[in-house]
Amino acid sequence: MRVLVIEDDRETAHFLQKSLKESGHSADVAGDGETGLAMAQTDAYDILIVDRMLPKLDGLSVVKTLRNEGDRTPVLILSALGDVDDRVKGLRAGGDDYLTKPYAYTELLARIEALGRRAIPEEQETRYAVGDLVLDRLSHRVTRAGEPIQLQPREYRLLEYLMKNAGQVVTRTMLLENVWDYHFDPQTNVIDVHVSRLRSKIDKGFDRPLLHTVRGAGYMVRDGAL
Amino acid sequence: MTALSDFVVRTMATQAFRLAAASATAFLLVSALIVGLLFWQTNMLLTDHVVEELRGEAAELAHEAATATPEAFAERIRVRSRVAGTSLYYLQDAGGQKLAGNLHALPREVAESATGGVFRYAREGDAPGSDRLGVAVPVAIGGGQRLVVGRDVEEQLALAARIKRTFLWGFGILALAAVIAGLAVGRAVLGRIEVINATTRSIMAGDLSRRVPVTARGDELDELSASLNGMLDRIEQLMNGLREVSDNIAHDLKMPLNRLRNSAEAALRDPRGAEGYREGLEAAIEKADDLIKTFNALLLIARLEAGVVEESAEVFDLGRLVRDVAELYEPVAEEAGLTLAIEAGDGIQIRANRQLVGQAVANLADNAIKYSAECAVARRSVPSGAAVSVKVRARSGVAEISVADRGPGIAAEDRDRALRRFVRLEKSRTQPGTGLGLSLVAAVARLHNGSVRLEDNAPGLRVVVTLPLAPDTRSTS
Repeated sequence: MRVLVIEDDRETAHFLQKSLKESGHSADVAGDGETGLAMAQTDAYDILIVDRMLPKLDGLSVVKTLRNEGDRTPVLILSALGDVDDRVKGLRAGGDDYLTKPYAYTELLARIEALGRRAIPEEQETRYAVGDLVLDRLSHRVTRAGEPIQLQPREYRLLEYLMKNAGQVVTRTMLLENVWDYHFDPQTNVIDVHVSRLRSKIDKGFDRPLLHTVRGAGYMVRDGAL
Repeated sequence: MTALSDFVVRTMATQAFRLAAASATAFLLVSALIVGLLFWQTNMLLTDHVVEELRGEAAELAHEAATATPEAFAERIRVRSRVAGTSLYYLQDAGGQKLAGNLHALPREVAESATGGVFRYAREGDAPGSDRLGVAVPVAIGGGQRLVVGRDVEEQLALAARIKRTFLWGFGILALAAVIAGLAVGRAVLGRIEVINATTRSIMAGDLSRRVPVTARGDELDELSASLNGMLDRIEQLMNGLREVSDNIAHDLKMPLNRLRNSAEAALRDPRGAEGYREGLEAAIEKADDLIKTFNALLLIARLEAGVVEESAEVFDLGRLVRDVAELYEPVAEEAGLTLAIEAGDGIQIRANRQLVGQAVANLADNAIKYSAECAVARRSVPSGAAVSVKVRARSGVAEISVADRGPGIAAEDRDRALRRFVRLEKSRTQPGTGLGLSLVAAVARLHNGSVRLEDNAPGLRVVVTLPLAPDTRSTS
């Protein structure tokens, strides 16, 4: 993916550029809001990473301007601000996702990959399949190797989100936000317990595990080892 | 001398002096006006009296002149002239020769006017140049003779001059007294304000324990001093609170920072090399994450203490949210061998930030499970019945969330402290997690005009959070 990083802190920008390159993406860097906006307007990027506090033009204005011009490029807003309303403001301005500093790079990577995927016009898939695990979104039925699996509603939504992002890392925070719609820190790793319950239902008794734990990052549904 | 002039200048610049000076000036002006008016009136009265008298005598003499012979009349004038007093007479014949009277000459000022007037004259035996003032009227007696009747008004003049002088002296003394009083009042006020200034300066220099002295007089300055002291008390209290808060924050961040450093050092010393480094770095990241969590919790509490949530507030069903959050923790409770009883009906609407209330409920559930589990392990037995219970109900205008556990509880004397900002009870420091859970719950409740109370669950702790119901549901329920 072509990523534009609009970030005024050189070290952070450099770190992001290098890390994104290592993760197989290409990244350009803009050091202030005006340059960033100009670059986003002239070049086609798959995703924008925009810091909220920027010299010359602040991040939210950059996003608002782009959205007013009809630009739908997915935007991840980064912010060191921690106000209760900041996330709401960021999303209202047209951001697609919001990440508060300090963040783990794995979290940022997982999020932009999920956003990049969202940008690909999603033909309303009615069925997700990973290996022999099939999830039918119309009948809400899940089968593994043809055998039906009984899931609680929450477990179903958990699996649905994981399978929608099959082959990609999904962080615990992403699960909490997308499956539970919670944007807060649950203190303990409650998500782990829910995932391990799900895993026991879909992987138990099968040779090939499909629900993997990615160390230091989160989870991934994938056919085959990591 | 310079000190004195400096004092005068500074006193004159005081509000008190300006007020005293202004009131003294106004007083002087008004009394000058009144005295002037009185003086003028008195003078008028006296003059009028004299003129009246003269007119009366003139009429009388005119009558006598008409009835008596000229010689007899002249004799009468002569007799009158001899009486010591202030009466003045001058009678001359048609040839301009003086016939009688105690004036040397016909006063020209009077002789030439028909109605009379004032004139100056000299008395016999007086030193030259010491003229006296007189008032006279001409009397029409016919026959070419001219008569002028007058009064000496020198005494009246002297009286008027004396009155004038007295008043001038009075005004002078009054003005001086006003200035002195102004200076004295200014000095007194300035002195006390100087004390207040000195105190505030030493407070500014860092001694927050100083207070402005309050006298027993109970005047405005005492009132001012008292409110200043009240303000200082409040500031000191806030500063102490802040100090406590920053101490707590420092402690909360120092410990994990130290652990982070330890694990980095241990990794460096690890003889296994690359493998050890990797493990060490992973441990370091994990500890950094803990640190970030604590930091975020502290920041969030600080923001909540300062903030308002208008923008992100929404009306939602509290029962549903609490049920959802509790369900999130249900598997965790089960893994810990505890049962989680949820009792939350629908229809309890509150207007709040959903995420914050969710966070608060999550913190409560998390704490309840953690402490109940700890206690269960210590007793080597799972308590019978629901170990953790989460309830939501609406009661007298407020929504009430109560989360109860079978943990060690919090001693009654520690309960108030546990809800204070950034406070971690010593016990909680040994537990995993930020230990700021309750502080955050309290901050969320405060932000939404709600409250938190801690109760004894016998055994265990029950935390009751109340939040105001959304306005529309309050009216229907």
